[in-house]
Amino acid sequence: MKYLLLKHYRGGPARVVDFPPMDRWTPEEVDAHIGFMREFAARLEGTGEYVDGQALAPDGAFVRYDGEGRAPVVDGPFAETKDLIAGWMIIDVESWDRAVELAGELSAAPGPGGDPIYEWLEVRPFLTAPSQISE
Amino acid sequence: MNDALLRDLVPAVIAVLVRRGADFASAEDAVQEALVSALASWPQDPPRDPKGWLIATAWRKVLDEMRAGSSRRARELAVHAEPPSGPVPDADDTLALYFLCAHPSLPPASAVALTLRAVGGLTTEQIAAAYLLPEATMAQRISRAKRRIAGQPLDQAGDLGTVLRVLYLLFNEGYGGDVDLAAEAIRITRQLAALVDEPEVSGLLALMLLHHARRASRTGPGGRLVPLGEQDRATWDTALVAEGVVLLQAALARDRLGQYQAQAAIAALHADAPATEETDWVQIVEWYDELVRLADSPVVRLNRAVAVGEADGPRAGLAAIAGLDPGLPRYAAVAAHLHESAGEPARAADLYAEAARSAGSEAERDHCVRQAARVRQLGVASPRSSRDASG
Repeated sequence: MKYLLLKHYRGGPARVVDFPPMDRWTPEEVDAHIGFMREFAARLEGTGEYVDGQALAPDGAFVRYDGEGRAPVVDGPFAETKDLIAGWMIIDVESWDRAVELAGELSAAPGPGGDPIYEWLEVRPFLTAPSQISE
Repeated sequence: MNDALLRDLVPAVIAVLVRRGADFASAEDAVQEALVSALASWPQDPPRDPKGWLIATAWRKVLDEMRAGSSRRARELAVHAEPPSGPVPDADDTLALYFLCAHPSLPPASAVALTLRAVGGLTTEQIAAAYLLPEATMAQRISRAKRRIAGQPLDQAGDLGTVLRVLYLLFNEGYGGDVDLAAEAIRITRQLAALVDEPEVSGLLALMLLHHARRASRTGPGGRLVPLGEQDRATWDTALVAEGVVLLQAALARDRLGQYQAQAAIAALHADAPATEETDWVQIVEWYDELVRLADSPVVRLNRAVAVGEADGPRAGLAAIAGLDPGLPRYAAVAAHLHESAGEPARAADLYAEAARSAGSEAERDHCVRQAARVRQLGVASPRSSRDASG
C-alpha cells in the first residue's frame, strides 16, 4: 500500500516544540538534519519501501479556468497562506501501522541542539485500483 | 564491442537509411528498434560487422513498416531493398542529423531528447530514466518532436549555434539515473568536433572537459555542494584539463572568438590556479568583458560581478550587481557572498536565507541554508565588525 508523507512549511496542528528557522541553526545542526533525512530515505530504499521524494519551492500560485477563450486566473503567490506544502515522500509499505511508524521516525529529525523537532507529518493513503480477486 | 561504440554508430546508420529513401522519422524509429535488439543480443552473439548488422536490421524494419502502411511507398522503396553495401554516408549526412535534432522549431527539452536518441544512440528507456520521466512520456515527447520537424530536408546546412546550445544544455543536466548525461554530452560533442572544423565546437568541447575535470570535487559527503573556493584541487582530473587547454589554445589561435571559447578560457584560468587566492581574477574579468560583448545576458553579468568582487574587492562586486534584477537566479547567493566578503555577516546571512528560499535545487537550497547558518555564527563571533560595516 502506498502512502504519502506530506511535509508542511506551515499548517497542521500546533507545533509541539518551537524552534527558529533553519538558517538560524548552527552549520552542524543543519548538517545533522539534512543527513538524517538522507539516511532515512536511503534506509527505506534498502528495505524496499521507498518510492519517491520531492521538495517544493515555497512560491507558486492558485490557478483556475476562467471561461472559454480567456486566460486562466492566477491567484497568489500568498506569502502568508495558512497551509504551505514543503515536499513529500511516497512509501510503499505493508500496512497503515507501518506507515505511521515510519512517519513517526521521520518526524524525529534532529533540530537545534540535536533534539527531535517533533514535526507534524500528514500521512495519506493512496487510492488504488480494486483487486481482481475481491470481485 | 561496448555500448558507447555501438551508440557511436547510430547517427551514421540513420543517415544510410535516409539516403536509401526512408524518411527521417521511420529511419530513426527503425534504428532505435535495431539498437534495442542489439543491446539484448550482441553480448551473447556479437556480429562480425556491427554497422552492417544495424543497417540490415533497421532497413528490414523500415520495409516492414512501409508494407504495413502504404503499399505504394513500399514498392518504391523495394527497389532499394537489397542495395549494395555502399555508398557510405559522408560526414555531411551525419552532420545534418545534428542540425535536424536541434531544429529551432523544437522546444529545448524536445531537442535534447531527440539529440540523445538519434545522435547519441541512447534508448528511450535510458533517456526517460535520466530525466526521471515515465518511458511512455519520453517516447511521446520524441515522437512529437519528430512530427514537428517532419518534412524538413536533411541536406540543408543548419545553424551550428542551435546545435551547440542543445549540447550545452545537455551537459548541464549532469547526472540522472544510470546515464551520465554530462559524459554523453562530451561524447556527442567529440563526434561533432570530428565532423566539423569550427573553433566554437572546440571551444564548447574544451569548456565541457574543463568543467568535467572538476566534477569529483564539486560534491562532498551526502551529495552536498562544494563551492569552487573549497574544492580539493588535488582531485581535479589533470588529463581532462590538459586536453581542454590544448583544444582551447588551438581554437583561440584561429582568431574567431565566440562565447564558448570565452567561457572555456575562464574555466581554464580556474583550472590553472593552485588555489582560489592564486587565481588570475583580473584576466577572468577581462574574459567576462569579452563574454558580455559576445553574448550579453544578466546571468553573465552576475557571474562577472563575482569575478570583479575577487579582482577589485567586494565593494566593486556589489557595484557590478547594482543594476541587475534581484529576481535573477542565484542573485541573492552572489549578493550574500559579496556582503560577507565586505564584512557584513548579518546582511550576508539574511541574503543566504533568501537564496535558500529561491534556490532551484535541493542541493543548492541546503548549501545556502548551511551558508546562512555559518555566516550567522560569524556575526555572533564578531558583532563589532558586522555593526561597523553595516549601512
